[in-house]
Amino acid sequence: MMKGKEPLFQTAKRESIEPWKAWMIRLIAVFLSLVVCSGIIIALTGLNPIEVYKGIIEGAVGTKRRVWMTIRDTLVLLCIAVGITPAFKMRFWNIGAEGQILIGGVTSAAMMIYFGNTLPPLILFPLMLLGSAIAAMIWACIPAFFKAYWDTNETLFTLMMNYVAMQVITFCIIFWENPKGSNSVGTINSATKGGWLPKLFGLEYGWNLVIVLGLTIAMYFYLKHSKQGYEISVVGESGNTARYAGINVKKVIMRTVALSGALCGIAGFIIVSGASHTISTSTAGGRGFTAIIVSWLSKFNTFAMILVSFFLVFMQKGAGQIASQFNLNENASDVITGIILFFILGCEFFIDYEVRFRGGKRSSAE
Amino acid sequence: MNENYAIELKNITKRFGKVTANDKVCLSVKRGEILSILGENGSGKTTLMNMISGIYYPDEGQIAVNGKEVSIRSPKDSFDLGIGMIHQHFKLVEVFTAAENIILGLPGQELLDRKAVTKKINSLTAKYGFDLDPDQKIYTMSVSQKQTVEIVKLLYRGVDLLILDEPTAVLTPQEADRLFAVLRNMRKAGHSIIIITHKLNEVLTLSDRVSVLRKGQYIGTIDTKEATEESLTEMMVGKKVSLNIERPDPVSPKKRLEVQGLTCISKEGVTALENASFVANSGEILGIAGVAGSGQRELLEAIAGLIPSARGSALYYPPEGGEKELTIMSAADIAKAGVRLSFVPEDRLGMGLVGTMDLTDNVMLRSYKKGRSFFADRRSPKALAEKLIHELGIATPGTSIPVRKLSGGNVQKVLVGREIASAPAVLLVAYPVRGLDIHSSHTIYNLLNKQKKNGTAVICVGEDLDVLMELCDSIIVMCGGTISGIVDGRTATKEEIGKLMMKTGGIQE
Amino acid sequence: MGLLVIFIQKVIGQGIGILYGALGEILTEKSGNLNLGIPGMMYMGGIAGLIGAFLYENSASAPNGLVGMLISFLCAFLCAAFGGLIYSILTITLKANQNVTGLALTTFGVGFGNFFGGSLSKLAGGVGQISVAVTGQAFKTPIPGLSKLGLLGQALFSYGFMTYLGIALAIALALFLNKTRKGLNLRAVGESPATADAAGIHVTAYKYLATCIGGGLSGLGGLYFVMEYSGGTWTNNGFGDRGWLAIALVIFALWKPVGAIWGSLLFGGLYILYLYIPGLSRGSQEIFKALPYVVTIIVLIISSLRKKREHQPPESLGQAYFREER
Repeated sequence: MMKGKEPLFQTAKRESIEPWKAWMIRLIAVFLSLVVCSGIIIALTGLNPIEVYKGIIEGAVGTKRRVWMTIRDTLVLLCIAVGITPAFKMRFWNIGAEGQILIGGVTSAAMMIYFGNTLPPLILFPLMLLGSAIAAMIWACIPAFFKAYWDTNETLFTLMMNYVAMQVITFCIIFWENPKGSNSVGTINSATKGGWLPKLFGLEYGWNLVIVLGLTIAMYFYLKHSKQGYEISVVGESGNTARYAGINVKKVIMRTVALSGALCGIAGFIIVSGASHTISTSTAGGRGFTAIIVSWLSKFNTFAMILVSFFLVFMQKGAGQIASQFNLNENASDVITGIILFFILGCEFFIDYEVRFRGGKRSSAE
Repeated sequence: MNENYAIELKNITKRFGKVTANDKVCLSVKRGEILSILGENGSGKTTLMNMISGIYYPDEGQIAVNGKEVSIRSPKDSFDLGIGMIHQHFKLVEVFTAAENIILGLPGQELLDRKAVTKKINSLTAKYGFDLDPDQKIYTMSVSQKQTVEIVKLLYRGVDLLILDEPTAVLTPQEADRLFAVLRNMRKAGHSIIIITHKLNEVLTLSDRVSVLRKGQYIGTIDTKEATEESLTEMMVGKKVSLNIERPDPVSPKKRLEVQGLTCISKEGVTALENASFVANSGEILGIAGVAGSGQRELLEAIAGLIPSARGSALYYPPEGGEKELTIMSAADIAKAGVRLSFVPEDRLGMGLVGTMDLTDNVMLRSYKKGRSFFADRRSPKALAEKLIHELGIATPGTSIPVRKLSGGNVQKVLVGREIASAPAVLLVAYPVRGLDIHSSHTIYNLLNKQKKNGTAVICVGEDLDVLMELCDSIIVMCGGTISGIVDGRTATKEEIGKLMMKTGGIQE
Repeated sequence: MGLLVIFIQKVIGQGIGILYGALGEILTEKSGNLNLGIPGMMYMGGIAGLIGAFLYENSASAPNGLVGMLISFLCAFLCAAFGGLIYSILTITLKANQNVTGLALTTFGVGFGNFFGGSLSKLAGGVGQISVAVTGQAFKTPIPGLSKLGLLGQALFSYGFMTYLGIALAIALALFLNKTRKGLNLRAVGESPATADAAGIHVTAYKYLATCIGGGLSGLGGLYFVMEYSGGTWTNNGFGDRGWLAIALVIFALWKPVGAIWGSLLFGGLYILYLYIPGLSRGSQEIFKALPYVVTIIVLIISSLRKKREHQPPESLGQAYFREER
């Protein structure tokens, strides 16, 4: 009578899915994305994609030096991802990590410039770490305050704060520039290495490793086992329930975003003191945004973030290598990363939903 | 099928799982007639109307429109047959004007001719006697004006049969009168109207015929001319049905909670609760009866510190002495002050529990702050969750399952179990058995009775009078935000309570 | 007087590219999609336009400016619209998170632009510096006659056609949103998709079209920077963070296309204001460049304080639409 044509496919939300199945879907997505990338590489360069992927692996972990560069950058990305996670879990869209990293980084740089050669390391490093954390915390609390009290849109607010931070940094760079007129700070204390994070256990990035992994583990326990972590989950799920449970929502928003900002500030400290030893507008380098993707894809699980950040940095490093190897441009890595992200983001749908095609055959889109 | 009927329903049956929402319901509406559908909450009125408007599809039975049998599978099908329904939650774009909402989605010349639209709307409003400014934005409108927009929207689209779901629930008496005048004009113009209600006076003043539903069953249809408030009340509430709920006698009751002149004003400025006063004693179950939206929710939430009260007091008398005023405290303060008050809210997964969290995490929702440790103790909540699973027979694979995956009855057991586990001196429960099957319902009754025997003052808001009359020691009846009477649960008759609910009886003490 | 004319010219030069980006984002956000991929799509549009013109000029023996213009225009629009399509498939059909998808699109698009911009000459077989002089000149050709009208002519009529097209598009978009049935339907989709759905509007189709066309429009902003602002050459990260400025402009303009015209001029003015304030050190000039963002934040705060309904983002912005399950 009024029967229409049955739609080509129907979707229904899954009740649950076995973890191995979910990981299979993700793996297939990554594989498909690599196939697409291969196609693009062949089309553009006529190179053998297998060679290119070999080059990626070579570029990311081919030499000891490259392994450490990959680890170093993984740690930074991981630190930022761990930092923004509590705010995300509370459904506070902090896309201002970029600016918070810069503010933390510039605080570290300032201390390196002014105290780097005078204060003893035992005081200097804790001071740099704390200072960066507090500065970034204050920076993050501005949008949080307006969100908590007037419900100002935090996505747009934190986004704008990034570019204000960017100009603040540019101001500082010109203030400190060395040599004059170069528009850059240069390597800070390149002779004395004052304020450079020293080696630990003979490892150049030993401190980075200890601090970031320490934060990762601590954040895992904080979110999973602390009372405050519990409050974050409740506020994120339902404001009504939070009120019923006697949770002060405004206080939790402020506290959580402050924590989030502080960790991004620490990431800034690690970049400046533990890796680049300088400050520039590209100190954050878009990693504040990439970290959002890391946190989201890891479903707020900090240990999964280790894997995801490693994977993304691996791809970027590798793509950077093939770019120079095959005389392409280093931005190829962003293109490849972008394509992989599209596939991973899209595949989550097939984890959450079941797709049924016309004819009644059930398929999980594998 | 009779061609004189705008719509005719025959033996319509609809089941949701084990629950039969409509059982062989028959209904017919003549052209140019207003039919009331009368019934308590949960009697299946809305389900029935949702089948006419294409939201549900009946399991059994036939529907005929203008004498022709039809199959209504989607709201669009229903709309194409000239049927339009106005829900309690309006579907309007708030920043648009009335006119923009009315023409939304309609075909026509691409460039909007606002003048022509306004003219057509104005001719419609003039014809039926609406009071509507087509250029007014929706968000500046009162509820009554928004309702007007919804009705005009349907008329503009040429709807013949109009269904209104409890249209006066949100209106002042003056606004309701205006609405009725308009509906009468529409009837005169040949439209057929179905109005869902549980207000007797409206039925008697407005409609031509009344159909009564009770617990999913079709009771009958009578001409309004032959109906009286008494006959309708009796059809609606029916004879008393025995449910075999245990009711132990209270042992040495003592005052636990005294509410005096409590008044709440909603965010929209409406007085939702007015001057409520009563006493709840230990070892007693105090029922609260009334049609939905009579102020029950505000009463409980004000006591629990979830909404502010405008006037009045709620004094808590703990067994150990030293009374406390609750209305000046927030929910957090109440817990901090050591007040042993538990609350089972009406919205289980939206307020009482977090659907995505597992049993253990939900069990600790109200007690996670306990202790000085920075970390939350999950060992005792887990033990408690396991105890609840065992004692209340919660069907779940374990304590680490998100509660939204449990069935309604099991969800409620988790919620009630948690609230009881803190050994409350006062226990507030709202609609504790809504949507539950008989077996689960009895588990909940037993839990409440056990609390009663332990000396808790239980306050229970319910919608099924049979349950309240068998379970409660005394029953507060609410109507339109005020307490219209307090009756003894053992001696009161159903008619008496029904009249108080409908405000047809006098105030009794 | 001459100084003022130069100031106006520079303001317009800065503002028009942002205006295109903002118009694209307004159209997109009116459908309820918050596409943070605008900066990426602007890069995609810019480079695609450049490649199109480049390939044309290299293959034609006597390239015609008008044809080159048309080709680059189409390439820019389609490539950026393709970015919008990726975003649409992911967020509308596959229900991925809008913020995350938008950021991924920006990563992709900026990389895409810089990649091809940096390796175009190599991919084309090592022709050296990329230049599309003929097409670039065509984009910069001012209105004949009017631009000769003294200072007024210089201030108002000395620009290429994209300046006027941008303003015309803003007005057209305003008319579309406010005066047509489809515009009304689109706004309903962004405000309350459930209401639109109930009124028989095809929510998914509207979202897809608005997002793709919006992407294409913002790509024209990239084309403007490449062709008119830089005269047909590419520099990596050449238009910097102006994509984000476009998103800021949407907020500043309170989602009104005509407001975006004035806003783009104000933003352009604020962006170069430091050049005209005497006695500024290089450092404090940088602080001045933050002004557009600070102003946007203030607008955001004020509109959230005043809670005026017409000044809020579309109600469903950022949320995926699920039809209620029956």
